[in-house]
Amino acid sequence: MTPEDLAAHIPDGALVALPPDYSLPAMAVVRALIVRKARNLRLLGVPVLGLSADLLIGAGCVAEIETSAVSLDEAGLAPRFTEAAEKGEITVRDATCPAIQTGLQAAEKGVPFMPLRGVLGSDLVKNRPDWKVVDNPMKPGTDPILLVPAVSPDIALFHARWADEAGNVWVGRRRELATMAHASKQCFVTCEEMRPGDMLEDEVLAPGVISSTYITRTAPAIRGAWPLGVAGLYDIDDAHLTRYASGARTREGFQRYLDEFVCTPKKSSSPASLPA
Amino acid sequence: MHAKEELLACVVARLIGEAAHVAVGAASPIPAAGALLLKQRNPALRLSFQHKRRGNPFTEGSRELFDLAGQGRIDVFFLGGAQIDGEANVNLVRAEGRRFPGSFGSAFMYAVVPKVILFREEHSPRVLVPKVEFISAAGNPVALLTGKALFAWQKEKRRFRLESVHDGEDVRELTGFDYDAPQLVPRTPEPSDEDLRLLRGPVAKEMAANYPGFARRVWPGIS
Repeated sequence: MTPEDLAAHIPDGALVALPPDYSLPAMAVVRALIVRKARNLRLLGVPVLGLSADLLIGAGCVAEIETSAVSLDEAGLAPRFTEAAEKGEITVRDATCPAIQTGLQAAEKGVPFMPLRGVLGSDLVKNRPDWKVVDNPMKPGTDPILLVPAVSPDIALFHARWADEAGNVWVGRRRELATMAHASKQCFVTCEEMRPGDMLEDEVLAPGVISSTYITRTAPAIRGAWPLGVAGLYDIDDAHLTRYASGARTREGFQRYLDEFVCTPKKSSSPASLPA
Repeated sequence: MHAKEELLACVVARLIGEAAHVAVGAASPIPAAGALLLKQRNPALRLSFQHKRRGNPFTEGSRELFDLAGQGRIDVFFLGGAQIDGEANVNLVRAEGRRFPGSFGSAFMYAVVPKVILFREEHSPRVLVPKVEFISAAGNPVALLTGKALFAWQKEKRRFRLESVHDGEDVRELTGFDYDAPQLVPRTPEPSDEDLRLLRGPVAKEMAANYPGFARRVWPGIS
């Protein structure tokens, strides 16, 4: 398996759950999706999105996005998302972070919805007919509370430090990815390194493992999160993000970025050519 | 001499006041610097920076932050806005045809965290509006801090009251919403020498690890 193989198994129109830039994004697969000209993807930001979504939107791969935000953090606004949303080229279903997490938690429990506090004074509620406000049935009197429907993405996609022979993956402290994996119908994971054996037999590693029960496919991808980071291995490439954020403000600048870093196979998928 | 950011960090530290657990969300370097400054004086203060790159406080990402807040285990949080109105509503979604990043966790945090501090460096009629175009989150903050002024929130009147201005400039014309103000508006206290020593020493060092661009800009040569 390669990142390109994973991208080939993500069909057009799929609902794909993606992590934020700081939580192990599978950037090698994102680039491969652009190269394979994926179309009409629906992205679910768990709970926010950054470079991964901006690249896919700019490259025309996305029809709809549900997220709590799209931003490049310190590098500023996500330029391709911003323009596509302003021009109405994509549908944006605005949410708030814990509502997305709650919908996934409902799915992982196999229940149709879960309640969430707060949110009620927000215009988000008016714009989300799929969210319901009910009176807390556990308490007499008036106590309105938001219900969020369960959401089961078609595919969860992220990167990991290791995958093993048993098909497990290790995400360390990024255990929120387990919720995404548990809730999704399929889960595709790239990894820095393959390990022999079964990590679930190692008591020290096991708490950071997502069991093969949930993992559909894995593919090695050295520096597969670049230009984002993997804690303890390599840092976020801040200079690259800053360059992207200013370059991609125009379509032409974005196209030049794609030509240089995404569509040239050597740079997009060959680890040796990536800046160390 | 001090940088504007240093003064704002000192105000943030003062606004946090008595607290056991302060959380800082996305892209909030000045609130982070203020919280770090306070921690220099009160080492028992627990700080949870969602974007901390090394030694992140969470092992279940932002879900853990929101769960903590939902239980009442976070005392102080900061919210910003593309627009903030005179009723303390914040808008992070869209304004004047422009699209902004989105609401993040604001709709939840504003309701469940007891002490929310609104912070936006830009102080202009474009940002501080009579009525936001989209309510990302509504609630009762303790204060609104901008690059020019500090407002307190009067919960009963649902109206801001100007507390102080940072460089003596009148802000009425720069503020799109109406607010109460004393006849003589005091100046915001400047950072003390001790504040500046802490900011330029341990705080700058910690900031450089998580907000490298900000730290380089505010403390060139130090961080």
